Amino acid sequence: MTAPVLAAEKINTYYGHSHILRGVDFRVMPRETVSLLGRNGMGKTTLLRSLVGLVKPRTGHVIFNGADITGNRPSFIARAGLAFIPEDRGIFPNLTVIENLTFAARPGRGTRPDWTLERIYSLFPRLAERRTHWGNELSGGEQKMLSIGRALMTNPDIILFDEATEGLAPKVRDEIWATLRQVAATGIAAVVVDKNLDDLLALAERHVVMAKGEIVFDGTTQVLKADEALIHRHLGV
Amino acid sequence: MDLVLTQIFNGLQYGLLIFLAASGLTLVLGIMGVINLSHGSFYMLGAYLSLTLTSLTGDIFLSLALGIPIAFLFGAAIEWLFIRHLYARDHLQQVLLTFGLILVFNELQRMIWGTFPHSVPIPSYLSGSVKIFGLMSYPVYRIAVAGLCILLALAMMFVIQRTKIGRMIRAGESNREMVEVLGIDTRLLFRFVFAAGVSLAAAGGIIAAPIESVYPGIGESVLITSLVVVVIGGIGSVRGAFVGALLIGLADAFGKVYLPQFASVVVYALMAAVLVTRPGGLFGRA
Repeated sequence: MTAPVLAAEKINTYYGHSHILRGVDFRVMPRETVSLLGRNGMGKTTLLRSLVGLVKPRTGHVIFNGADITGNRPSFIARAGLAFIPEDRGIFPNLTVIENLTFAARPGRGTRPDWTLERIYSLFPRLAERRTHWGNELSGGEQKMLSIGRALMTNPDIILFDEATEGLAPKVRDEIWATLRQVAATGIAAVVVDKNLDDLLALAERHVVMAKGEIVFDGTTQVLKADEALIHRHLGV
Repeated sequence: MDLVLTQIFNGLQYGLLIFLAASGLTLVLGIMGVINLSHGSFYMLGAYLSLTLTSLTGDIFLSLALGIPIAFLFGAAIEWLFIRHLYARDHLQQVLLTFGLILVFNELQRMIWGTFPHSVPIPSYLSGSVKIFGLMSYPVYRIAVAGLCILLALAMMFVIQRTKIGRMIRAGESNREMVEVLGIDTRLLFRFVFAAGVSLAAAGGIIAAPIESVYPGIGESVLITSLVVVVIGGIGSVRGAFVGALLIGLADAFGKVYLPQFASVVVYALMAAVLVTRPGGLFGRA
């Protein structure tokens, strides 16, 4: 049996006294795209932040490529091959597009061909046009593209993408979804958080639904689509 | 005319020296979010290193070449021992600890070098004066100090704008967490930035020693002026610190001559004027 590329084992994460994640088990297999769903405040972002080391789970373990990375620094985890794109995109406003893209560029460890500036520019021609612009001169959509490009330039094994299309115009959203499908096809595993259920159902093979810091569903597109009560209760659709 | 020109030169040269101290202060505040009141002590360290090293080597520039790496290591040690514990703490705790460091450094200075003022000799090949524009004569050593400061400022701007570590420094100024998430160990980045800031302030103290005498508490006025420069230039902006330091240097030089009764408040008046018109500083984010 193949081992997961990334797994959380019974993690409990707190913010001060608030118990946010309650014994969460979560795993992503190699090459797999998983959607992470749930209403606001249910613990999706906290789960992502626990996986990348930005918050340390009080109990439980995070396993990445077979190694226990619980409590490791985010920089160590990132260099091990885990990329995170936060909801606010985290673009450096005082760096140019090129500087943002090459900021953390490093060769990959796997057999996949490395992402290069040329590949990023062919994925996002808009970034090529704006390569000398400052980060804060870009539109929201362009910043989103830049954040994806920058994550890809680290040649990760997995990308965790928080609120992938939040606040974007419909046309730009479609562009981002199309890009994510292209990226998934290259074999990089991904966890995608978003509010657009239909797009996530089209993109991911497996879906995980969170409610009140716990995982209440973990299954395929087919099973989730069939469970209308669950969709209504936890996703408000 | 002679006096105006002399004061322009004096102001620029003083401003350039202050820039060396202020640039480290602004980076530490902008990137690590730490208010470091002990920054003036590193200028003092430079002045006393200048005293000791020049008496050993016989040359101020050899002292500078030795003093910068010594100060860098000293800065890295101070960051590791004390400053790194402040990153997640509030400004009051930062002010308390770094103020405590001033007291410790001052006591150490008294134990090692005593309380008498000292002077550091100007090297013979830079003694004397030259005629500038056929109008005024100006000490060669002061011109050399200004030139050296400009070189250091250019080198720093090059590092910040054109190198990988410079990109990290700029990125850290806008989003520390993202720098770490992208795989840069911010512990090492912060240690480097702090140590570089200490060595720049010490470099200022070393080359200024032959101009001023070396005395206890020499760094305290530098700290206050540097803080004013950081506010004027904008927190975290090295370019802002450069412009701010030159403005302060000129304001101080002309204030002393033309408004002697208000000389001590001229630089603060300038700071107040900048704060009213641009609260984020000249090059800062409002």
